Amino acid sequence: VASLVLYLFAEFDDAANLLAANPDATTISIDEPAEIPKNQRGHRQEPGREEDDELLGTDDSDKTELLAGQKKSAPFWTFEYYQTFFDVDTYQVLDRIKGSVFPVPGKNFVRLYVRSNPDLYGPFWICATLVFTIAVSGNLSNFFIHLGKPTYHYVPEFRKVSIAATTIYAYAWLVPLALWGFLMWRNSKVMNIVSYSFLEIVCVYGYSLFIYIPTAILWIIPQKVVRWVLMMFSLCLSGSVLVMTFWPAVRDDNRRIALATVGTIVLLHALLAVGCLAYFFDAPELDFAAPVTPAHNVSTVITKSQ
Amino acid sequence: FAGLADVSIAEDIPVEGEITVPVGSHSPDEDYSTLDEPVKDTIMRDLKAVGKKFVHVMYPKKSSALLRDWDLWGPLVLCVSLALMLQGGSADSKEDGGPQFAEVFVIIWFGAVVITLNSKLLGGTISFFQSLCVLGYCVLPLTVAMLVCRLVLLAGSGTVSFIIRLIVVVAMFGWSTLASTAFLADSQPPNRKALVVYPIFLFYFVISWMILTFTPQ
Repeated sequence: VASLVLYLFAEFDDAANLLAANPDATTISIDEPAEIPKNQRGHRQEPGREEDDELLGTDDSDKTELLAGQKKSAPFWTFEYYQTFFDVDTYQVLDRIKGSVFPVPGKNFVRLYVRSNPDLYGPFWICATLVFTIAVSGNLSNFFIHLGKPTYHYVPEFRKVSIAATTIYAYAWLVPLALWGFLMWRNSKVMNIVSYSFLEIVCVYGYSLFIYIPTAILWIIPQKVVRWVLMMFSLCLSGSVLVMTFWPAVRDDNRRIALATVGTIVLLHALLAVGCLAYFFDAPELDFAAPVTPAHNVSTVITKSQ
Repeated sequence: FAGLADVSIAEDIPVEGEITVPVGSHSPDEDYSTLDEPVKDTIMRDLKAVGKKFVHVMYPKKSSALLRDWDLWGPLVLCVSLALMLQGGSADSKEDGGPQFAEVFVIIWFGAVVITLNSKLLGGTISFFQSLCVLGYCVLPLTVAMLVCRLVLLAGSGTVSFIIRLIVVVAMFGWSTLASTAFLADSQPPNRKALVVYPIFLFYFVISWMILTFTPQ
């Protein structure tokens, strides 16, 4: 009972912290219990709890539900409901982008940056930028690769924009949906301490795609080694953001299921990167190795129409 | 109202005031009905309004004429002419070609709607159609750039023509973005201006890319 009471007091303490960080959040003020935790924290702090606090966001996940319920109180058919998903300032968006590009080991992206204010601005516009960046960079890189050849006629390859858009938006919205459904299902079987709302998962996925934008621009360089090194690098960065976010949510589960979940997340992320590189960017060395025979025209026609 | 039965106003206190009924912004109808005027006058009035807005785009000052009397004729004309000029850029009408008419149309209108929704969701005070109007009219510099590009491509399609086209398109892209930002940025809360300007930048960048990569057959 005492530990439960302390758990509740620690919750209110974090509420005070949260309020300090986000002063214009609508909350109900409960003055009395906020005084007590400052004394309790001193002598009953368990040794591993600090680090767990940061990584798990245990008390905050309940808090996020509380605050989220109070913020998003407009009915879903009004415009104000959707405005709550765009309640971010410029510096907040920039902070979240920075957090996705420089993942701090041990810090949870959702807890640190999203903090019960998931936004849809970042995911939507990062995906839009990524779609056009990949299409434009792919087009440019193909142009430079095939530049000197006499049979080459430049085409803008506009169809690929719609393909890129479908792929990236499907990845950024359907995979979080599936992951959220899976986590909810596991939550009903195993009492997980950490649970994320659907929007928070969409937020993490959207911001984790940001690193691919400069990567796609750098993929214009027509060197296979450079491209693969860039891909590995960006995959590590964004993959680590995703892993550090979702590992605490599954680690209380069966070991094999936890590893399988995290492995699937990373695998899908890698598939997206590899697929984009393979489809939108022609391989650079293929043309130099093509033999100058009557079959040459056939092979170039095949590579062009890929 | 029993207590008011004996209230009376003294004779020497003047009671005056004004009763006005707000008419709204139907200013053209205040004097006469426009039903009886010659058709030429009606058309010329709308054409003059559209033309005035074109001038406002080319010299973007902080005037509210573009915002107050919005219309979508100008954007429609610009969009159709841009989409028509971007035709003939598809190689064998296979998948590798340039954008089709419908694709250009959809990109411009859908892009403008999305940007407007974005700015309204972020807390902007501009109305939906006013924002569409501004974004549509600010496509004018890029339409001019497309015209120039087609003329330059008639002369030749070597490196020199590409450099000329690049400079023209980049300049017009900058002009479009600055013009629309000048009109739209004021209606945003100050700490979110960059969040609203960036999608406009992306929108005109995509249109400029379509113009720059246009290769005729």
